[in-house]
Amino acid sequence: MKHTISVLVENNAGVLSRVSGLFARRGYNIHSLAVGVTEDENISRITIVAEGDDYILEQIEKQLNKLIDVIKVRSLSADELLARELVLAKINCTPAQRGEVIAIAEITKAKISDVCSGAMTLELSGNINTINTFVELIKPFGIKEMARTGTLAMQKGETATVEG
Amino acid sequence: MVTAARAMVNCLEAEGIKTVFGYPGAAICPFYDELYNSEIEHILIRQESNGGHAASGYARVSGKPAVCIATSGPGATNLITAIATAYMDSIPIVCITGQVSTDLIGRDVFQEADITGAAEPFVKHSFLVKDANEICTVFKKAFYIAGTGRPGPVLIDVPFDVQLQKGVFEEPRNIEIRSYKPTKSGNKLQIKRVAQAIAAAEKPVICAGGGVFASKAVPQLRAFCEECRIPVVSTMMGISTMPSDHELFFGMVGMHGFESANTAISECDLLILLGARVGDRAVSVHGSFGSGFCLKDTKIVHIDIDPAEIGKNLAATIPVVGDLNYVLEQILQVVQKKSAFDDSPEEWLEYLKQVRADEYQKRNTPELLSSKKGFVNPKAFLYRLNQFLPAGSTVVADVGQNQIWTANHVKFGDGVRFMTSGGMGTMGYSVPAAIGAKKAAPEGEAVAICGDGSFQMQFMELATAIQHKINIKIIIMENRRLGMVRELQTNRYSDRQIAVSLEPTPDFIKIAQAYGINGEVVDDIENANAAIERMFKSTQPYILRVLVDEGERTII
Repeated sequence: MKHTISVLVENNAGVLSRVSGLFARRGYNIHSLAVGVTEDENISRITIVAEGDDYILEQIEKQLNKLIDVIKVRSLSADELLARELVLAKINCTPAQRGEVIAIAEITKAKISDVCSGAMTLELSGNINTINTFVELIKPFGIKEMARTGTLAMQKGETATVEG
Repeated sequence: MVTAARAMVNCLEAEGIKTVFGYPGAAICPFYDELYNSEIEHILIRQESNGGHAASGYARVSGKPAVCIATSGPGATNLITAIATAYMDSIPIVCITGQVSTDLIGRDVFQEADITGAAEPFVKHSFLVKDANEICTVFKKAFYIAGTGRPGPVLIDVPFDVQLQKGVFEEPRNIEIRSYKPTKSGNKLQIKRVAQAIAAAEKPVICAGGGVFASKAVPQLRAFCEECRIPVVSTMMGISTMPSDHELFFGMVGMHGFESANTAISECDLLILLGARVGDRAVSVHGSFGSGFCLKDTKIVHIDIDPAEIGKNLAATIPVVGDLNYVLEQILQVVQKKSAFDDSPEEWLEYLKQVRADEYQKRNTPELLSSKKGFVNPKAFLYRLNQFLPAGSTVVADVGQNQIWTANHVKFGDGVRFMTSGGMGTMGYSVPAAIGAKKAAPEGEAVAICGDGSFQMQFMELATAIQHKINIKIIIMENRRLGMVRELQTNRYSDRQIAVSLEPTPDFIKIAQAYGINGEVVDDIENANAAIERMFKSTQPYILRVLVDEGERTII
């Protein structure tokens, strides 16, 4: 089962390696990991999507909490989860195919970020299912290159992770 | 204006550090140069790992974080085994390493190693100090983190140029780490549930782990078990939390433990784990490898300061997160004296006492205590050692057969403390740890008991003992084998013995004499008493070379 875990950490050197190292040495599987600064420049948020049963999830939370640089760990359940991912995809696209690609971009609400004679770069942000559907749609053109951010997540509603 | 190196020494003094264990090198020289001016005693160990073990021994006896020092590169990497050993056993040590100058980091210069990276899996926390202005805060945090909550090793890596940086350094009075707030008292509701479970139990048992020492809860454990009449077993790390001959103590659990202890664990209806992480060699649900195991319907109370240990290896019915010192006091306040209105504890106790007595009979037949000609029976020898071991002694067992013999047959408690590398099983721990223990409590004896395999991993420390006049005693159980592995090969690999013979064994007495240390051979049990007496009478370090037959088994 996949779990989305939001981790607030001190923005110290080496904190990312402490977190990722913990996953590696305890054998937890990471699907994606995204990190960036928060509204407080001293705090970073790491969003991790990990695979495992309830026991593994409990262990992940507890072991993360043991790291001195970890301020708060929160596992987000599906109903309170606001999750987004950004994808950049460079696809093969001859001038003749442009119309078709533009149509797909319109339907999926993707943005055309770059166009040149043989390729087109699209960007899209959305939840994981949206992104996956989009990727399936553009595959037939031939994806030259793709970059995904991994999931960023937050809890819905008024409460912030630090308070909660 | 002073150097950051001076500030580092000031910080150690402010922490009340009297002794440090270390080995200098170029990258840590500015710090050593300031140590020159300090009252702090520096013990020059002969290999960095041993400095870590010595600090571990010191910390365990003093109950406070102890300090070891190494230089950059190989000095620091040598420390890793000691750091990992301390981590597994939750021992508070602060390790200070020199590092190459900040502008050279990452260029693979001479004696550069990424020690904070390399040691990451084994430290409670680590610091790479890149700004001298942070030095005092880092030191304060390091000692605070090492010594509070679940104790553990903390590493401070200080680059050469940072040590030399000048400034005005002020030590912070208090430290606040927003992400680190260890729990002390247990949740009141949970405490109540524990008390109810104890009242309802007919066959309760307490399993005491190393956490009892870590939270200085030995008196509380005693009060708790005596008040409620609950039998106590221990893990290896928990040995000597209870006197070995206490009416309510039933020995060490696990694959190398006592039948009485394993019976208590497997037949109890309430298991109370105190600061024990339920290691695989101690308790397992499957009962594999002859270890004690819990029945599926046994209620389990697990009290630990580290929430991550609860439910990790054994699912707890009633988890309590907190410092045993506080939690046991809380329990004592609400628990009812069971013996006053219920006979069941005594029935259960009588049963276990019978198991214990039968086992003692079975394990102590004249045949099992007899020595072959030219050899000494290790158990018979340790029984004799017990007669001479003064109160206030620390006995440090190494790893292997000598460890189990010591754990099971030395009479601990009431002032005799047991120590060993329990989690990591690090050979070569005993002599340096005994050196540390002796420095922390000079009035008591510090006895290292090791095998001839482990002795050869650490005998360079004889030089440390003699140089710094540290009067430790060393007992070598010499069977010219890596005994425990030999036994494993005999039992599980059709006796195909490979790489377990240490022959030809050097004459350890001659080696000791080369260092200026006296010792003697014990090859006849009848001479053991006199030899032990001479060892303790000596005001110098002393070695006993106890000749043990290679066929002696671990469980005897």
